[in-house]
Amino acid sequence: MTGKTLFEKVWERNLVRDEAPDSPAILHVGLHLIHEVTSPQAFQVLADRNLKVRRPDLTLATIDHSVPTLPADAEGKLPYATPAAENQVETLRANCKAHGIELLDLDDPRRGIVHMVGPELGRTHPGSVVVCGDSHTSTHGAFGALAFGIGTTEVGHVLASQALFQRKPKTLRVTFEGSVSEGVTAKDMALAVIARLGMDGGTGFVLEYAGEAVRALSMEGRMTLCNLSIEAGARAGMVAPDETTFAYLKDRPGVPADWDRSVASWAELYSDPDAVFDHEITIDAAAIAPMVTYGVSPHEAAPVTGHVPTASDENASAALDYMGLSAGKELSAISVNRVFVGSCTNGRIEDLRQVAGLLRGKRVADHVRMLVVPGSAAVKRQAEDEGLDQVFVSAGAEWREPGCSMCIAMNGDKGAPGEVVVSTSNRNFRGRQGEGVRTILASPATAAASAVVGRLADPRTLEVSS
Amino acid sequence: MKPFGKVTSKTVAVPTTNVDTDQIIPARFLTTTDRDGLGDAAFRDWRFDKDGKPLDHPINDVDAETHSILVAGDNFGCGSSREHAAWALDAFGVRAVISTSFGDIFKSNAVKNGLLPVEVDQATLDLLMSEPSRELTIDLEEEEVRFGNHVVPFATEPFARRCLLQGADPLSVLLDAVPDIEAFENEQRKAS
Ligand code: SF4
Repeated sequence: MTGKTLFEKVWERNLVRDEAPDSPAILHVGLHLIHEVTSPQAFQVLADRNLKVRRPDLTLATIDHSVPTLPADAEGKLPYATPAAENQVETLRANCKAHGIELLDLDDPRRGIVHMVGPELGRTHPGSVVVCGDSHTSTHGAFGALAFGIGTTEVGHVLASQALFQRKPKTLRVTFEGSVSEGVTAKDMALAVIARLGMDGGTGFVLEYAGEAVRALSMEGRMTLCNLSIEAGARAGMVAPDETTFAYLKDRPGVPADWDRSVASWAELYSDPDAVFDHEITIDAAAIAPMVTYGVSPHEAAPVTGHVPTASDENASAALDYMGLSAGKELSAISVNRVFVGSCTNGRIEDLRQVAGLLRGKRVADHVRMLVVPGSAAVKRQAEDEGLDQVFVSAGAEWREPGCSMCIAMNGDKGAPGEVVVSTSNRNFRGRQGEGVRTILASPATAAASAVVGRLADPRTLEVSS
Repeated sequence: MKPFGKVTSKTVAVPTTNVDTDQIIPARFLTTTDRDGLGDAAFRDWRFDKDGKPLDHPINDVDAETHSILVAGDNFGCGSSREHAAWALDAFGVRAVISTSFGDIFKSNAVKNGLLPVEVDQATLDLLMSEPSRELTIDLEEEEVRFGNHVVPFATEPFARRCLLQGADPLSVLLDAVPDIEAFENEQRKAS
């Protein structure tokens, strides 16, 4: 018998009913994360059918997408972008209360972006299925969970049953050979994978990230890597749990009571040496440079040291037109208007430390406006304890309250038409950060270096101080 | 659930590839708590400038009443999981989308709303792109697209196909499985 992949082991552990030609498998959900934007219509379905939430104990709610990142005014009123946004938050509160779901509300010290709080609270467990009405749920795959985004109808299915229909996806292993060089981060590794696979090269697959360079990543780095799997079309990305995983989770409040037995069981979650993947690619880690995007899709990425490539078809040339770029232009010659550091991709403490390392003792260029938004309240506290907020503010950046902010630009934080925004988030789609905004995705280090230089910049050319 | 059996309509052709769900419905329309009324938001920033003036776009040239089949470039519906994309297309009057491939989550959302994603080969897509406003029939029972003297087969996941044909709600099927789900949870409890 051939061995099993990490994915197959996790799939089997959570299988309520196997798939058949005329019916998909039924998978049990170990953690269902919900937020204000994609849940109201699901609760409405429950109300219409007079159904209860089956396992409120396995459901966790947070408010992140449309929350203001500016503090409340003197009367305690938060500056919501629209009354509808505030109403959506109120609706989530009411739904959580009615169904006994734990909500990390805005005054909760544990609150944050949905993909930050699961890991921080130890609620994301290796070997379990984690779902959320959000495509970047793949983040939780960093722990060896099978984690993927679902639509609102399926949110309703999971609320009502704690399970969902699923066809078994195919497997694709991405092996990084060797290690990355200094100044190259998980974000650059992820953009290199997406550039290689293309925007739909991962469609229908669960990715497993393997190799020395992945083992060397912290949990923060692994989360960044898995977070971006969807940008290559893959619904999930996974990393086999190891000592780094267990050390991160140990003593967090949401881990199983029987810690030793859990770890022993999690330690069996790896791809057997003779496991067969549907597809495999290898990437030379040492050859990866800091990556930036130049188009309107995350796969349109190149080393920051390079040039805007020649458009291969009409779609690619329309993308360059939108970005206001022409083929052959040096990427490092692109002038920057705004820099956004944050999101569930790169709003973690490690990211903020890297940014602070590059900003310390320097100034953000005069024509650049920089926003630093921690991914969670815990990250905000940690950063302030370490004095990182002072570094940002002294350099001329704004330090905000946690939330999705400019990643999706729903809360009023957005760019102006035509502006170039260097962003540590995950999508450079047309209009994602405001109508007509030109987004360039980059690592926190590249974003910080670009803020200082005022043009896209290679962080390896700047001095880091601690 | 809204059923889908057979649709005969004219096409509107949009050759753009990798149409992400942010293009189908921009995030600023996601603050609704309703699934209805999103028709105006569909492809908003393709159809109108920021002052609400109509832009030059093939979707603006036709009436969704007569042109309810969208023919789109490869990888339609990639990106965000927002089901609002399917709701907006449905409310706008789109009954089916024909492309060479679809974003995973979009495809799953579409079939739950009676909107049929139809996957065809590149040659068929090229043919359909070359003649916009062509009348064709999409027949889910036979899993065929028919136009002129062409009959192009397509495949749909069998469970989704059954639900679409019967207008059956998959949630009811899932709720019937609750005893199995409980048994699974009991086993899991024993093991830990
Ligand atoms: S930070 Fe961006 S990608 Fe992450 S959950 Fe928020 S909106 Fe989604």
